[in-house]
Amino acid sequence: MTPRELYTSPRGGEKSWVGNAFLFRNVEGQVRRRGGSQRVQSRGRMEFLQSLHPAVLALIRVLLLVLPLLMLVPGLIWWERRLLSWMQDRIGPNRTGTITLKSGKRIGTFGLLQPIADGVKLFFKEDITPKSVDRVIYFIAPGLALFPAFALGGTLPWGPPTGLWGLLTPVANIDIGILYVLAISSLGVYGVVLAGYASNNKYSLIGGLRSSAQLISYELAMGVSLACVVMATGSLRMTDMVFEQQKALWGVVPWIQNWFIFTPFGFVSFVIFLICMIAETNRAPFDLPEAENEIIAGYHTEYSSMKFAVFFMGEYASMFVFGGIISTVFLGGYNLMPINWAILAQDLPAAAGLFNFLDQANYTLAPLGFLLKCVMGISFYIWLRATLPRLRYDQLMALGWKVLLPCAVANFIVVAIWIMATSLYGVLGGLIAGGIAFLICGVLYLNVMAATRGQRSSLEKRTLVLTDGIGTDQRNQVELVETR
Amino acid sequence: MQDVPLSWYLGLGLFMFSTGVVGVVIRRNPVVVFMCIELMLNAVNLTFLAFARYMPAVLDAGESARSAWMAGQMMVIFVMAVAAAEVAVGLGIIMAIYRLRNEIDLDEMSALRG
Amino acid sequence: MTSNQLVFLMLAGLAALAAVGVVAFPSPVRSAISLVINFFILAFVYFTLGAQMLGITQILVYTGAIMVLFLFVIMLLNLGAPDAKAKVSGWQTAVAVALGFGLFGIVAGQVILPLSSFTQPRSAIDYGSPQAIGQTLFTGYVWPFEITSVLLLVGIVGSILLAKRRI
Repeated sequence: MTPRELYTSPRGGEKSWVGNAFLFRNVEGQVRRRGGSQRVQSRGRMEFLQSLHPAVLALIRVLLLVLPLLMLVPGLIWWERRLLSWMQDRIGPNRTGTITLKSGKRIGTFGLLQPIADGVKLFFKEDITPKSVDRVIYFIAPGLALFPAFALGGTLPWGPPTGLWGLLTPVANIDIGILYVLAISSLGVYGVVLAGYASNNKYSLIGGLRSSAQLISYELAMGVSLACVVMATGSLRMTDMVFEQQKALWGVVPWIQNWFIFTPFGFVSFVIFLICMIAETNRAPFDLPEAENEIIAGYHTEYSSMKFAVFFMGEYASMFVFGGIISTVFLGGYNLMPINWAILAQDLPAAAGLFNFLDQANYTLAPLGFLLKCVMGISFYIWLRATLPRLRYDQLMALGWKVLLPCAVANFIVVAIWIMATSLYGVLGGLIAGGIAFLICGVLYLNVMAATRGQRSSLEKRTLVLTDGIGTDQRNQVELVETR
Repeated sequence: MQDVPLSWYLGLGLFMFSTGVVGVVIRRNPVVVFMCIELMLNAVNLTFLAFARYMPAVLDAGESARSAWMAGQMMVIFVMAVAAAEVAVGLGIIMAIYRLRNEIDLDEMSALRG
Repeated sequence: MTSNQLVFLMLAGLAALAAVGVVAFPSPVRSAISLVINFFILAFVYFTLGAQMLGITQILVYTGAIMVLFLFVIMLLNLGAPDAKAKVSGWQTAVAVALGFGLFGIVAGQVILPLSSFTQPRSAIDYGSPQAIGQTLFTGYVWPFEITSVLLLVGIVGSILLAKRRI
């Protein structure tokens, strides 16, 4: 197969992995000789993988997802502390494991051993269990919080689903890929709410209930913004979304890939999904439920040492996987750059060799591209934490219900009208219809805002005048304008 | 799945249904009674799906078996939607009663009796 | 005993155990957690029936939303402690359980036993896919779909009104 065919022809027509696993049927073309010495190495690897029982192959896929995720969590902890410190004009942990030679020279490790030191400390810390907790629920709550973080990556294609990578990723390329992500993220509520309840502590209960209310509020806008992408793709499979993003930009420019973030309404969906993603992982600026100076660490107040580490791990792992999801759905997934190398090679045959090489590199280095995008997502998370102040609970709920959900639904309607008009009247008709729908939504929004101006909390302005030096000749006056 | 008889699915559904009935009769906390009602609704969902999959009954002459399988799934979708609305309203009622009397115990709520 | 039957028996056993747990636990929180487990396992049973869209909707709607609502209400009303008198008195429980067994026996004898000859599914394996459901829901069943959306709106407004302190 030419490189272009390698990843523009989807693995359509094959039965879903769910069906295969339950029926325990053989993978098509399973019985083959092991790769002989004349064959290319990768063909031997592929044949070996295909000769395994499907359940064993599925286990390998699961391990390839879970083990790197587990190993990356300490790296994420290190990166967060370092990047956060640099943004706050300090250095961050850099002393762990530093060796000072006799000559005075120091060999440092840049703080890379700090997460290991943290892990060792947490492991040896005393595990305090309060006496009046509900024991069973207290013990299973951290596990319930960790399970969705790892299960979210089940339908995530961290490599192209064809060829050798196709046997290793995604764990299950089911027909309902993106709904699986939504369903598992809605299971993340239980760990939080049960941890808050089991701690037998008023503040933990309030923190748990607040956090779960926040989670279910932002799930809605997340689902609707994903529904826009599903409409544009025509399928719920994650791999189909990446294939759709490999087509021509806006349908017009064949050399640039049509990543959904480059389309106007895809960009709106991206912004909405980004905000909801940050709220779903309980990260700043939405981390009121676990803020240390507001509610005494909220639902994980009463958890110490390893159980707290489990909550921590779950949060970082879900940050990573959500970064992967947003890069799959909006940022082109495993493609390194938004350029169709194969089509460029056909249209500019002068440099075809270079472009074909880059195409092959795009296929082989796809997991690296995916990892890079996940790390970019994590860095964005850390950047937000360093920059934005925390949202108050009522501001948080108002944002979720009164801003994001109407925006997401309006975007959904506009995208639906655009798609329908494009199929009926062509590209230009679609653009015009979409533009008209967008204008109507804008006018509606302005009308609603104007009509409810009296009810929304208006900003009060109070002016305080501080006078210095009363009773003397010199009087200094300072005016402070305070807004609520 | 292949080789799994229809009667096994129906047996599971029936077990869940009868457990729900026993729960509605013997529990005194209205929230738990509500949960047993949800259990019964899910048993009914399972029964619909099992019948549609194993015995799609074609009523009209012109229909295909496909429409019978889809009809079962449509029924399940609407049962899920209606159950969701029912849970929201029912729990609202329970909260209103709790606010009035500060305790909920089904055996004590006999104001309309006799 | 084929592997499919074994898988189904494991799932069914767990679901049945969780269903009994809903009724048997004196604490409402434990009952709610058992019901969550039951719904989760039931989603996998739906997957074995080929209804993938409905299975994932079961996880999304029932475990992800409805049971969270139950847990909220239990915790807000502080019903978490095990009830002192969770069930009715002893002999009434025994009669109820006996009647439950009776119901099971009667329906099993009359309905399930005559149907024990159906062992192979009769519909194609992709009739549970989102495409098939979407096509049927929005062409043949669009009228019930719209009425259900109005019903959900009525449910939202009604539950807000019921739960408000002052109207």
